[in-house]
Amino acid sequence: MDILVCIKRVPQTAEAEVKIDASGKDIEKDRLTFDMNESDTYALEEAVLMKEKFGGNITVISLGEKDTEDTLRIALAKGADTAIRIKAEDFSDIDAFQTSQILQTVIKNLNYDIIFTGCISTDDAYSQIGVTLAELLDIPHATLVVNFDVKENRADVQRELEGGLIEHLDVSLPALFTIQTGINEPRYASLIAIRRAAKKEIQVIGKDELQPNEFLGNSILEELFVPPISKQVEILSGTAGESAGKLAGIFKEKGLI
Amino acid sequence: MSDIFVLIEHRQEEIRDISFELLAAGRKLAEKYNSKLTAVTLGYHTEKIVEKIKDQAHRILNFDNEIFKEFNAETYQIALSDLIQKENPFLFLTGHTSFGMDLCPALATQLKIPYTTDCLDIEISDKNLKVIRQMFDGKLNAKVSLRENQSYILTVRAGSFPATESNLDAEISNMDPPISEPPDYRKFIEYIEAVAGDVDITKSDVVVGIGRGIKEQENLAMIEEFADSLGGVVACSRPIVDADWLPKDRQIGSSGKVIKPKLYIAIGISGAFQHVAGMKSAETIVAINKDANAPIFNEADYGIVDDLFKVVPVLKEKILEIK
Repeated sequence: MDILVCIKRVPQTAEAEVKIDASGKDIEKDRLTFDMNESDTYALEEAVLMKEKFGGNITVISLGEKDTEDTLRIALAKGADTAIRIKAEDFSDIDAFQTSQILQTVIKNLNYDIIFTGCISTDDAYSQIGVTLAELLDIPHATLVVNFDVKENRADVQRELEGGLIEHLDVSLPALFTIQTGINEPRYASLIAIRRAAKKEIQVIGKDELQPNEFLGNSILEELFVPPISKQVEILSGTAGESAGKLAGIFKEKGLI
Repeated sequence: MSDIFVLIEHRQEEIRDISFELLAAGRKLAEKYNSKLTAVTLGYHTEKIVEKIKDQAHRILNFDNEIFKEFNAETYQIALSDLIQKENPFLFLTGHTSFGMDLCPALATQLKIPYTTDCLDIEISDKNLKVIRQMFDGKLNAKVSLRENQSYILTVRAGSFPATESNLDAEISNMDPPISEPPDYRKFIEYIEAVAGDVDITKSDVVVGIGRGIKEQENLAMIEEFADSLGGVVACSRPIVDADWLPKDRQIGSSGKVIKPKLYIAIGISGAFQHVAGMKSAETIVAINKDANAPIFNEADYGIVDDLFKVVPVLKEKILEIK
């Protein structure tokens, strides 16, 4: 079984302070750490689990700048066989739709039974590249997958709906699936595997090698701004003891204790 | 301006709240830009659904056929792409839900219509469409303008527009689906209901929620003790369930439980919108987080910006003293 996994290297902003840069259209990145997008790590693990079960090859593919190769090497160390980097530095100001088209231009020439992507990237948060890519490749898809198996060349899939409800589906292959976090337990790469992956070649594809290589965008990011405050929070200041004391007092006052 | 279309989302005979929010948003836009609002319903035995939204739109295009019995992005795409090509709406709106996310990017791509996702607000000026959406773990908003076109497709975040009363009387058209059999390449099998656990977090007056900030599974014990001091239960945001530290039925949020306790204390939770959707109706909300810019403080009544490992043990002692 041949599996493609689309991954993205993103700044880790969940627990970091985020500041808008001078352009007003991006964030200051020098103090942030970068890693594989969270749901992509689950997508990669799902590919490795399928390979362990059915055999085959895993190709990881990413549109990113040079440092994305570090992330691709981690993917190789975790069980991917081949890695492809499409040079993001050859493109400027591309949106999610253009990214999908660029990925499609490369993927249409590859063999695959399954394509996995993460269900959302934590930076842009569009949740649209996987589904768009499936449509461009003219293959079926299912999003937010929390359980996956293959039976008689069809995918047995569970999608997560609102309120914890699960939708059980049967999808023909080849198909694309966007993977939700929590579907599996992403493994850590061993040191030996990391050392071995460091020596592997990463295939690098530039804009000139793509056919076509001009892509229509859907949207332009005009500006970033701090969300307006919807509710005025009362911050309880002081040392941990002082703020905790104030809060306990409020609980008492409100009859909560 | 041509019509604004809203796709009605329903499941197991219930219209989802997001549909009423979209209908209200669609009416507001239609009024402002001198357009009309059309609701599109796909389903099987849709009479009750149509009846419930009859006063909410100018027109209802109703596809009532067994092939639409359950939501299926591929079946819906076939019917809706055909409809949109014939009707050319200016705007086609769905929720940014498990349903809209699964459908819209493919639908729009097929039709070559510019689209974007997870919109919090929509501005129209001179056929130019701009939206507000969030990025970077909900910490920043972005203004995004779409490529100029006759039609646009957007998915809208739940809770962005309040549902409102309306007294329209929709003209109802029953539509024939362009296909008679659902495609073989994607088949709905069944719904699987969530399994109930030992604790029902929706029934407790006091809920203590924990997130990524808790760092290690072993720190859960401290939170359990703290929740006990308040007579509350421990719940969590998604990463805690993903790591298998708590069962799925303790998850608060759009894909978990919606709670309305008297007191909710979010500890080490940054406040992603999926989480907020599950707890914003709590009577009193307290957030304890070391990041002063965490979106959770935008939802809280009281906040402590500090290390949770310092605050929580002291807070427990203070509560036990007062009690």
